[in-house]
Amino acid sequence: MSGQDPAEAFRVEAGELLDTTEQALLDLTHQLGSRDLIDTVFRGMHTLKGSGAMFGFDALAAFTHHCESAFDRVRKGQVRATAELVAVTLSAMDHMRALVDGQGEQLEAESAAILARLQAAIVTDSEASGEGDGTVELDQPCAANPWQVHFRLPVEAMANGINPLILIDELRDLGATRVVALTQSIPALNALDPMQCHVAWHVELPGDVAREAIEDVFIFVMDEMELNIDQQAQAALAEPDVTGATAIADPDLAAPAQAALVAAETAGNRPAKAVGESVRVPAERLDLLMDRVGELVIVQSRLAQLACGGFSGPAGELALRSISEEVERLANELRDTMMVLRMVPIAALFGRFRRLVHDLARETGKTIDLITDGESTEIDKTVSERLADPIVHLIRNACDHGLETEEERLATGKSAAGQIRLSAQQTGGEVLITIADDGRGISRERVRAKAEANGLVQPGQVLSDSELLQLIFEPGFSTAAQVTSLSGRGVGMDVVKRTIEGLRGQIDMTSEPGKGSVITLRIPLTLAIIDGLLVRVGSGNYVIPLSAVEECLELSLEDDIRSRGRSMIQLRERLVPFLRLRELFGTGTRPDAFQKIVVITTGGQQVGLVVDQIIGSHQTVIKSMSSLHRSIPSFSGATILGDGGVALILDVVQLVALGQSHEERLRAAG
Amino acid sequence: MTSILTVDDSVSIRMAIRIALSGAGHDVAEAADGAEGLAKARDAKFDLIITDLNMPNMNGLEMIREIRKLPIQAGTPIIFLTTESDDAMKQEAKAAGATGWLVKPFVADHLLKVTRKVLGG
Amino acid sequence: MPQGRAMHTMTTTNWDENGQLEVLTFDIGEECLAIEAVSIREILDLLPETRVPGAPDLVSSVVNFRGKIIPIADLRVAFGMPIDADEGPGVDHRIVVIETELDNETIQIGLRTDKVHEVATLERSDSSEPPVLGMRWRREFVRELVRQTDTVIVLPDLQEIFRSMAGAA
Repeated sequence: MSGQDPAEAFRVEAGELLDTTEQALLDLTHQLGSRDLIDTVFRGMHTLKGSGAMFGFDALAAFTHHCESAFDRVRKGQVRATAELVAVTLSAMDHMRALVDGQGEQLEAESAAILARLQAAIVTDSEASGEGDGTVELDQPCAANPWQVHFRLPVEAMANGINPLILIDELRDLGATRVVALTQSIPALNALDPMQCHVAWHVELPGDVAREAIEDVFIFVMDEMELNIDQQAQAALAEPDVTGATAIADPDLAAPAQAALVAAETAGNRPAKAVGESVRVPAERLDLLMDRVGELVIVQSRLAQLACGGFSGPAGELALRSISEEVERLANELRDTMMVLRMVPIAALFGRFRRLVHDLARETGKTIDLITDGESTEIDKTVSERLADPIVHLIRNACDHGLETEEERLATGKSAAGQIRLSAQQTGGEVLITIADDGRGISRERVRAKAEANGLVQPGQVLSDSELLQLIFEPGFSTAAQVTSLSGRGVGMDVVKRTIEGLRGQIDMTSEPGKGSVITLRIPLTLAIIDGLLVRVGSGNYVIPLSAVEECLELSLEDDIRSRGRSMIQLRERLVPFLRLRELFGTGTRPDAFQKIVVITTGGQQVGLVVDQIIGSHQTVIKSMSSLHRSIPSFSGATILGDGGVALILDVVQLVALGQSHEERLRAAG
Repeated sequence: MTSILTVDDSVSIRMAIRIALSGAGHDVAEAADGAEGLAKARDAKFDLIITDLNMPNMNGLEMIREIRKLPIQAGTPIIFLTTESDDAMKQEAKAAGATGWLVKPFVADHLLKVTRKVLGG
Repeated sequence: MPQGRAMHTMTTTNWDENGQLEVLTFDIGEECLAIEAVSIREILDLLPETRVPGAPDLVSSVVNFRGKIIPIADLRVAFGMPIDADEGPGVDHRIVVIETELDNETIQIGLRTDKVHEVATLERSDSSEPPVLGMRWRREFVRELVRQTDTVIVLPDLQEIFRSMAGAA
């Protein structure tokens, strides 16, 4: 929602494009041969370059061009994708981000360094593999000679709506340093048709401008015009002319004395613009907001009518009261809708950590797999941003201290690759984010020794295991035997804890020596929207979070009878524990003739919930229940249905626990 | 303010074009087919005409040819909507006097870019 | 919050300087109760209630009150009055929505009433503390008893009732 500024829209788009391309690059690390991924990266660069040039991000377009060319060669099989190429390209992506943000014009040295590495990555690889055709040189941006562009438009161009001045303006925007109009071909005045174009131009552009960007200027007239784009001294290295443009030797070029100078200096430096914050919002949520605003307008007109003296006395009071109620309701709903607009999938946040883990793996020399889960979980944008730093720290810790070196892992019978598992899950009014590693776990002895050394505990003081682990979150605590460049950058777990608590959240840790550690962040949500499955049990409506639903099956009468008094049910080939919600909720109603089983998965456990009817999917705005009902385990909240009625939202995790005790009771009774 | 005529038999395309262009500060007139487009082009000078090619009554090619005969629209850029694959159509439209093209599907930014390309600024 | 409970003393009634109190009076079962008028938000006709399985009997259901989910309380449970589940609500049945502070949280609760009477002004001189003995109800649930000509009005201690019967910690 960035208003009407396309450059701003481009920044947002470019950011997303860079993110997806980066993800593809990271995936590429694991499957260097994947054509799809290489294509994705290439397309991303291509689009970025094209759109960048479109909105005046010339430095970006020029820089991206080189990465695009590199991947074009990979795509064509001339060069093989290597880990080094991916790593260089990742740095290049960072540089592109800076360029998108309007910084980076000052970063030419960095730009050149990256491009040098890029070229090295391609050259070495091609030589090492013995493949390629030897033409792997990248365009040399810094050393490049200026472009000499000579063009003559078709005679009818102006009649057909082409304005040559606009083309020249575009070239000037590309950085043209010299524009010369060549006027020899203009006929005598009496023969001159003002709608015909007889002038040719010679334009000089900096060598770092992408050839495609120059060609793009002429896209509408390219086929009919004379166009010669040349980088003289490097003509031998220039790409073959694929444009179909006619290269001509123009005698005009040899007669510069007759040339009329049209323009010289150009406005090259673009001031960096502040990048506004923006949120991408699904249209349906805006529609919802629009509806509310529509209602507000109606109420406002009623109020205006009343103010004009339409009613007085009790009738007026009544009308005023009803308007007041209406406004209150609308205000509440507007607030809720607004908050929903702020919700973003956590995927974007998680995406950033893939890059982090990739870099950490390179720095530590460990092989690290990052597994993410629950990326569609939505979270307030601000909360998401504030979670980034703490999670970065936790992942650093896990990679640096948690995971062992490859040799250590192999020696203890583990897989060579360490694993970091990052997952998000919504349970009612909370989002649970867990960061788990399968590393060496936390050494209690070390924690204890460190805590005693720091005076956090007295020698010999008796502590429970969880109390001991909690010490890690104490200010100043760090278990790193050596402070590496990765962890211990002055930020300790106490800061992480404070940040989480600042979000009204909690941080918990469990750790098993030799098996790894799990850190759980519980972040409360004031409001959230989930996709739900609306079901009926007895006369009550309930919402099951759709993310937990695996499948819906019919419970045949036969199976129903066979499963009475038992807690497992045979579904196809599997035995699945199940809960009859009608009994659990004590509805006191008779079951429907065709009950359904909704199979849900949570924490790796499958459970079937027997319901009377499946009504359908439901966009569920989670409303919290009052403190009088908050402690009831089965429900994580409630929502308001289209008819104004209330449906309770099932707390999947808690229900499974409840079902377990239910099963035990049945067993005990049987 | 620049005035732009958009000619398309699809209401939604016209609407998309109108929203994008009026958002960028242009004045947008609409016509639902070539005949209506030509009629409007006879009545008032436009700074830019954006037209579909495949339309009932009078198709875009015919309309472009007719508009190029109108003195009032001398030099008016005409952008036509085409698809990536339709190269032959592109050539034909250019021959009929079109200035440039916009490949469908397009987003507002493409449209604005093309508009800027022929109008400057 | 344990501290909250420890600090709690019986809620006092805010008689004004003239020793008066404006209340809404209503019937629950055979009893006439009164709630301070300032805490009344709304008197509603019947709303479709949603039962909350597993909830305390005192607050066994919720309703949608202008976009908020609020609990519906049945004070008959607190006062040990018989509840005939089969008997639907009477014609005069209303829900009185009150706003009260519970553990530092302002919450709205709908009270089921059999009949709403009027906004009345009670006199402090007619009021007495509940007797230590001889009450049918738990003494801590009643703040004061106010004698009228033909009846006695009960000023319930709602906070205490919700605290002890609905597990609001």
